Amino acid sequence: MIAVFDSLAPILAAMITAATPLLLAALGEVVTEKSGVLNLGVEGMMLVGAVSGFAVTVTTGSHAMGILMAACAGVVMALIFAFLTLTLLANQVATGLALTLFGTGLSALIGQGFVGTPIPRLPELNLPGLSDLPFIGPILFSHDALVYLGLAMVGAVSWFLYDTRAGLVLRAIGESHEAAHAIGFSVLGIRYLAVMFGGAMAGLAGAYLSLAYTPMWAENMSSGRGWIALALVVFATWKPGRLLLGAWLFGFVSIAELHVQGLGLRVPSQFLSMLPYLATIFVLVLISRDATRIRLNAPACLGKVFHPDA
Amino acid sequence: MRRDALPLRLEARATPSAAMVWLTPVLAVGLTLLSGFALFAALGFDPVRVLYGFFVEPVASKRGITELVVKATPLATIAIGLAVAVRANVWNIGAEGQLLMGALTGGGLALVFHGEEGPWLLPAMLVAGMLGGMAWAAIPAFLRTRFNASEILTSLMLVYVGRLLLGFLLNGPLRDPEGFNFPESRLFNPEAMLPMMVPGTRMHLGAVFALLVVGGGWLLLARTFIGFQIKVVGLTPAAAAYAGFNEKRVVWFTLLLSGALAGLAGVMEVAGPIGQITPYISPGYGFTAIIVAFLGRLHPVGILLAALLMALSYLGGDAVQITLGLPQAMTGVFQGMLLFFLLGCDVLVRYRIRRRRAPAQPQPQTAPVTVP
Amino acid sequence: MNRRTFHKTLAGLAGAAAVLALTAGGTSHASAADKLKVGFVYVGPISDHGYSYQHDLGRQAVVKEFGDKVETTFVENVPEGADAERVVEQLASSGHKLIFTTSFGFMNPTLKVAQRHPEVFFEHATGYKRSANLATYAARFYEGRTVVGLIAGKLTKSNIIGYVASHPIPEVISGINAFTLALREVNPKAEVRVIWVNSWYDPGKEAAAAKALIDQGADVILQHTDSPAPVQAAEERGLWSVGQSSDMTRFGPKSHLTAIVDDWSGYYTARVKAVMDGTWKSQDTWGGFKDKMLYLAPYNPAIPKDVVALAETARQNIIEGKRHPFQGPIKDQSGKEILAQGKTLTDEQILKMDYYVEGVQGQIPR
Repeated sequence: MIAVFDSLAPILAAMITAATPLLLAALGEVVTEKSGVLNLGVEGMMLVGAVSGFAVTVTTGSHAMGILMAACAGVVMALIFAFLTLTLLANQVATGLALTLFGTGLSALIGQGFVGTPIPRLPELNLPGLSDLPFIGPILFSHDALVYLGLAMVGAVSWFLYDTRAGLVLRAIGESHEAAHAIGFSVLGIRYLAVMFGGAMAGLAGAYLSLAYTPMWAENMSSGRGWIALALVVFATWKPGRLLLGAWLFGFVSIAELHVQGLGLRVPSQFLSMLPYLATIFVLVLISRDATRIRLNAPACLGKVFHPDA
Repeated sequence: MRRDALPLRLEARATPSAAMVWLTPVLAVGLTLLSGFALFAALGFDPVRVLYGFFVEPVASKRGITELVVKATPLATIAIGLAVAVRANVWNIGAEGQLLMGALTGGGLALVFHGEEGPWLLPAMLVAGMLGGMAWAAIPAFLRTRFNASEILTSLMLVYVGRLLLGFLLNGPLRDPEGFNFPESRLFNPEAMLPMMVPGTRMHLGAVFALLVVGGGWLLLARTFIGFQIKVVGLTPAAAAYAGFNEKRVVWFTLLLSGALAGLAGVMEVAGPIGQITPYISPGYGFTAIIVAFLGRLHPVGILLAALLMALSYLGGDAVQITLGLPQAMTGVFQGMLLFFLLGCDVLVRYRIRRRRAPAQPQPQTAPVTVP
Repeated sequence: MNRRTFHKTLAGLAGAAAVLALTAGGTSHASAADKLKVGFVYVGPISDHGYSYQHDLGRQAVVKEFGDKVETTFVENVPEGADAERVVEQLASSGHKLIFTTSFGFMNPTLKVAQRHPEVFFEHATGYKRSANLATYAARFYEGRTVVGLIAGKLTKSNIIGYVASHPIPEVISGINAFTLALREVNPKAEVRVIWVNSWYDPGKEAAAAKALIDQGADVILQHTDSPAPVQAAEERGLWSVGQSSDMTRFGPKSHLTAIVDDWSGYYTARVKAVMDGTWKSQDTWGGFKDKMLYLAPYNPAIPKDVVALAETARQNIIEGKRHPFQGPIKDQSGKEILAQGKTLTDEQILKMDYYVEGVQGQIPR
């Protein structure tokens, strides 16, 4: 057991990096869903973001350009979704799933020329003095820009949703688009922006994977993280703060189970690998027992089609 | 992007257009063919041959048609269950896990009685498969009704748990003792397998079950009281509560039903085309079935057609790789495009396109037909 | 996206399409009768730069060797379930006379199709079922592990080796064991810690596993997974690593000691020739260094010369039969001797290996 404690610092540091793509993608989806739109295409957007960011970084040599382009690629994918579901009123669930299929194939296609190409990792920002602190130094102060962006976005999204008028309008649209429209808000316009934001964040999440977490491109490299992100949005009852907790929980258990395997504990690896998923269910049950909390946070119009003119 | 800035607008129809229900898929396929034509030509392939290879070649033979049915069978079976659940606003994203559990319990029965089969075994396996799927779906049902935990998350997480459990069992108790310790089970004896309907092909009795499920799904929703309750609970929970419909019972019913159907699909796969339990029972049928359910507009007949179409797109994807060397990634792109057009054109069923003349007058609003 | 990237991407797309259009199906008209059609079924993408990629290199060798006389088709990303049978069947029914199915999970589907098509020859990789027209082939990857074990044993300072493993199948386990036996031959205090990621290819998880092992003190990272992520992780921390399936030096120029690379070109061209000559017979081929079915990537220049000499001697001895990766005495994890001095494990025993030898920590997931 002492061995586990020794590992605690590295586990926590790894937890933060493992949680970052989940956090980025899920934050984007929170905003999207808060406006009343359910976009299940996160996995596809992440992959397209990952390959675009990677391709641009390889050709320009600049991580910053790669990150920027990844976000743009995510926005483009999201626009396809937005056009189909918001303008053409297509079913959101099926369109999101189609987007995932499309994005997976498209990313594989674009990425064919880039497999097997190594790039330097997105550098860690070593904050002088802070990074050298014992124990918390490596955990909190030795990460790359995207990790810090993810953490900052938790606050930014939370502030936007709950402390700004624009956020209030967005939430209102998610709760009752008919009423919001009657007041005069542009339901479609704001939803378009929300969906695009979700796409940008998913693209950034993908960029983190291909530029920082494992600097390479491989088909399907998101390995289902988009789905976990979607689940975390539900877990967090659409609140950014709780989303951070959920991402850390999932990340922590995922990393810890690897450490436990390495220590040679006599538990079959498959059961250890189940732990992140079981832990998420368990904690969700704990926090869901209060029925009112769920009702108060799920956007009432989530997934519903909005058509202003009769 | 304000609506009234566009020169066109969508005007809701008073009733969904029956003509468009049939026309829109045709239109969508037409648009897909056009854009596919452009895409493949731009990449240097003969577009006609590619499109032919995608849509026609896979079913141009008897074997091809049976393969289409084999691939569509699990999709349709699962999608019916998902559609019934969605009607009640219950989102069973974890059908993939329930499929695996059904394959385990049903297939497990075949392994337990290996060498002692009788005519009772196959029906017992099918029932066991359904029970296995139901048991796995009962977990999200319980967690939702008792703890308000969202079934979206719980059922999805259980997919991963189910996959890992399958892997564990295949490396241990279920492993073929003569299989050189590879993680596969024994091959089932013929008595434990679904009979083939067309000799020389893989089309098995499961196709009939799928049809029965489609018919049963229609009956359930259209003609039974529980079906009525499902629809009301989904559309207006407040009215349902007022009418005394027990929402919890509906949640249990729909989750257990969709779990049973997913489990049935699972046991049909292992007792049909696969013939054993392996780690690779399903290439994601549980998730593809969600697309099928919505493509089919949550209607049993639509689901049947959508399942066939999705199956065709997978078959076509393999076929063009073999005959034309098209990269596999392109088939995903093409499938996505096909779905985009299908979903986009769907709008014409409920709306018509009108040119905008005067500023929009306030008009009595017909409730948009929403499919949550 | 700027113009350069756009053009590069477009070029990449067009290039990929052109290459594939040229090397695969293509237009076959009247002259098809003379060409031998050979099919390849891959479980992953050829762009994985790992397992399926190496198989495709073998295919390309066939094309290069026989030119116009042969026409190859490949299908990638074929799931190992019910779909596999359909794909193999389609190849068999469309004039392919020789079909290679390159992953274990294709075994029963290939067998079923082989039974229906006695006129077609089938070759299944890493399996164990054969028939009159179905042969099997595999590479003795564990031979490579032995050589690498000697190198790791000499270079490790912490005496902890991290092993990122995929699935607990005999092929992986025999690799771990062969490695460990050689490791402890030169360094009896070293131990191997294994993390099972339950996937052949998941860069994120592989990287996390490698880092966990490093955090626990490992200073050499081995892998039996297909992405270069563990090599990258080791490179970043300034530690050693060994690549898998293909040369991964690019991803870890300082860290990459060597890699165990599959080479199917010799086998594939020989089998195609056998079909052309009419001499094809069903057989089981399990080739190692001697048959050139695997080789080691160039050694890292930082490896001391005496260690390289030790490794090369071992490799030569394996080729000449003087050294067997599983030669006694072998003790299992509990310390019990399971193979006496002077004896070697039989092929069958290696094929179904499901226990750890002494020196491996943990338990096989079962």
